[in-house]
Formats: sequence, C-alpha cells, structure tokens
Amino acid sequence: MLRLDQVVKEYKTGDRALNGIDLQVPQGQVLALIGPSGAGKSTLIRCVNRLVEPTSGAVYLGDQEITSLGSSGLRRARRRMGMIFQEYALVERLTVMENVLSGRLGYVGFWRSYFRRFPREDVAEAFRLLSRVGLDNMVDKRADELSGGQRQRVGIARALIQNPELLLVDEPTASLDPKTSRQIMRLICELCRERTLAAVVNIHDVPLARMFAERIVGLRQGVIVYDGTPEGLSNQVLTEIYGVEDWDASDTGETAPSKPDPTRPKSKPDVEHLVGM
Amino acid sequence: MPVRHDKDIPIWRRRTTARKWGVWGLWLLGTAIFVYCWQLISDKTIWMFVWDAPTQAADLASRMSPPKWGYMSELWRPLWDTLNIATLGTLLAILLAVPVAFCAARNTTPSALLVRPLALFIIVGSRSINSLIWALMLVTIIGPGVFAGVIAIGLRSVGFVAKLLYEAIEEIDPDQVEAITATGANGPQRVAYGIVPQILPAFAGISVFRWDINIRESTVLGLVGAGGIGLQLDASISTLAWTQVSLILLVILATVVVSEWVSATIRHAMI
Repeated sequence: MLRLDQVVKEYKTGDRALNGIDLQVPQGQVLALIGPSGAGKSTLIRCVNRLVEPTSGAVYLGDQEITSLGSSGLRRARRRMGMIFQEYALVERLTVMENVLSGRLGYVGFWRSYFRRFPREDVAEAFRLLSRVGLDNMVDKRADELSGGQRQRVGIARALIQNPELLLVDEPTASLDPKTSRQIMRLICELCRERTLAAVVNIHDVPLARMFAERIVGLRQGVIVYDGTPEGLSNQVLTEIYGVEDWDASDTGETAPSKPDPTRPKSKPDVEHLVGM
Repeated sequence: MPVRHDKDIPIWRRRTTARKWGVWGLWLLGTAIFVYCWQLISDKTIWMFVWDAPTQAADLASRMSPPKWGYMSELWRPLWDTLNIATLGTLLAILLAVPVAFCAARNTTPSALLVRPLALFIIVGSRSINSLIWALMLVTIIGPGVFAGVIAIGLRSVGFVAKLLYEAIEEIDPDQVEAITATGANGPQRVAYGIVPQILPAFAGISVFRWDINIRESTVLGLVGAGGIGLQLDASISTLAWTQVSLILLVILATVVVSEWVSATIRHAMI
C-alpha cells in the first residue's frame, strides 16, 4: 500500500532528519510512529505527501511513485492521502462545514470552491461524516469557537471526505487532555477499521500508541530502530529509541511521555466534565 | 564590572564609574546643544510679533466669527467631491495594493530575488511622497480637477495599504495553508482557503482606516487645484473671507468626525 524506499531528508542546515528509511505499510494497518522530539517523525510523514521534499529515495502509494510526480500529478496523489495535524490546522475563520468541505478542494475547480458551490454528494458526505464524528449540531459554528477535541474531530472529517486510501496523522493528541486524547485515537482507529484505511500515526505518547496501534515503529535520529508489535516494546527497546538518559529520568518519577504507565492519574475524575468534548 | 569588592562584601552598582561619567557627559553635551539652539532661535525671532500674537489671534477670531452659514449652499458640491476623491482613491489603492502585497510578502512572493524588491520599491516610493505632492505633480500632468485628486490619493495609499497587508500576510499561520495543500488543492485554492480567511479582518481594518485618513487628506488637495473642498478654502483665504474659512473648517471637522465614527464602526463589526 505505502512503501518507502531508502528515503533521505537532509535540511539546508545540513541536518539529516531521515537517514535511509525503508518502510512498508499494508492496507488497513494502523502504524504508530514513536520516537523522541527531533527524531524525524514529522518529516517522515510529510515526505509521504511531499509537504517536505525528500532529498533522495522513493515513496510509492500503491503502484504509483509519489516522488517522481509533477505538480498536478502530486495534487492528484495528495487527494488519496488524508492528513490530520497536531494543532488541528483548521482554517480558523471558516465554519465547520467549510473546513470539512475544504477536504474536497482537490476534486473541485477553483470557482466552484470559491463560491462554495460544492457538489451535492460532497455536502451530503460532509453531513454524514460530521454526524459520524459526533458534531451534528456544529455545522455552522466557526472553527475558532470549538474546543480542542471538537476541532480535531473536524480535522478528521476533513481528512476522510477526501476518501483517502491512507491517513497521515501528525501528533493527533499532543494538544489534547488525556481523556480526549483516547477518544480521538479510538475514533481514528475505528474509522480506519471501517474503511480499511492504512494510517501512519506520529505519537509521542507511548501508552496511547500501545493501546491503539497494531504495529509500532521506533525512530531515532532518522533511523528505524524498532519495528514490531506493541507487546515487543520492552524497556530495553524504549531505551534504544529514547536514549538512556531520558529513560533514567523517567524512571525516577518524572512524567516523561515515554513512561508506559497505563494508570495515568491525569485521566482520572478531574477531567470527567470534559467528556462531551 | 559594576560589582566591586569592599572588604569581601560585593557592592553592586548599575554602571561602572567610567560609564557613569560617560552618561553624565552626554547629558551635559545634550544640555549645551539645547541651550545653544534656544539662543539661535531666540536671536532670529522678531519678538515684537510674538508678543503681539494673542492680539492677532483674537483679531483673526473676531474676523472669523460668526461663520457665514449662508455660504453652506456652495459647499455641498465640493464636500461631495471630497468624499468621492477619498473613496474612489481608496478603492484604486486597494485594487493596486493587493497584488503588490502578495508579491512583497516573503511567504507568497513568486520570486524573492526579482519580484519582491520591485514590490517593496513600489511601496516605499508610494509612501515617501505626500499626497499633496502627488496632487501637485498630477495637476500639471493631467490638469486640475477631481480626477487628479483621485489618482493622487490612490497612489499615496497604495504603499500604505500594501505595506500593512503584506505584513499581515507574513504573519499568517502556515499550518492552515499546509493543511489545505495536503488536500490536493491548487495554488489559487490555497490562497482562497488558506490565506484569504486569515488576512480578511486585517484587510478590512486597513482599508477602512486608510479611507478615514484619505477623507482628511482630500480636504486639502484643493489647495493645489486637485478638486474638493480645499479649492473653496484656498479661494476664501486668498480673498480674506474669514467667515467662509471658519465655516469650511467646521465642515471639515464634522466630516472627519463622521468618517472616524464610520470607520470605527466598520472595523468593530469586521473582527
């Protein structure tokens, strides 16, 4: 489904963010990409839809090589990949409906999109998706009126209305509270299962990754150092991914995100009132 | 080092001794220059006229009052011209400024090496020339009248609007544009969905603010023959018709107050 072949990204500053990444993601698989900050997680998923241009190597989506496409071919390929962002990246001053429909921009011409004359099927699909993610009565709200969890649901709907084959998810829960984080991750995984979508999910919250992903890939300094099941993610492996020093710090009671502690106290009662968000 | 040791007790001062003397010396120099300039101005002033000023002011005030209300009937037309100069000039400026702003903003310019410096040059060029001087030149080029005024206001405002707009474009949140790009949107769609909604409030605010400034500027354009109420002002001053002058000044004051109120209301509504 998605195949990365020796992908290298070197920034102009000389930093090598990715150092020869080989990765294959079959259809319908939810893959969590973990690793410390600066390991290249964001760069990796942005190399797939070429928001970041890889320096060398090839990316294939199905049979198509993404890396060799011209600009109009790239736009067409991007329609097949939905992306979900850490800070939601909704267009704040547009309504929920406009944000969801912006997922169809790759299919609709400029003037139609400018005058918001989207095809009727698209609008119907937007209503369906908004109701699927639990935002039926929010259609006409402006994006900046929503809470974090609600915004991320709009982000998910925007990605899904593209009718993608692959979801690229960049730290979907980093700006959310623990309870909402779980709800959002659960929603993303359910939707992937419903539509047999493949997903690459960047996530720095290891317990969350273990809970929801079928497969975990650990990235460290632009190199894949672990690729396996959540069960195989031992302390030793975590040390290899996050480094000894970080790991020791979290062992002495610091709340580093890498500590696998399923009874995270933050998700206990004090956030119960946020359930609806 | 501002820290000095006195029997092992560190003593901290804001400045070292040398810097303290330096600061004192600069103050001394500044005072000396001020006193010297005062002396120079005083020597070249004819003090007799200055002592006379209150009498003169009172005299002018008496000649200006009461305003000649009957003259109002001749002012409606030039007032209407003034408003038109300001409004059409602002529209012209907006029309020209939007593409210039997109060319000048670092994140949207087609070429940072070629197009951006050109756009910045247009902005600086337009801003560096006062609208009165634009009008003076345009009156000699295209003749006196309202049209010269409109163009003068337009050319002066291009730089202002483009500068503030391109700063707003540079400050947008790039994530929103990235998200729109990721959907497979093309260039114009990225602008329409990713950028325009983000700069719309700034755009409205800038335009209305400039319109408000232009109302004030267009009241004096007539002094150089570019139409509007300034023509009447010029004529009245030349003929020493001070009661007409006071009426014109009152009319200008009222217009500016109203335009400020309108612009504040619109800006408030747009946020």
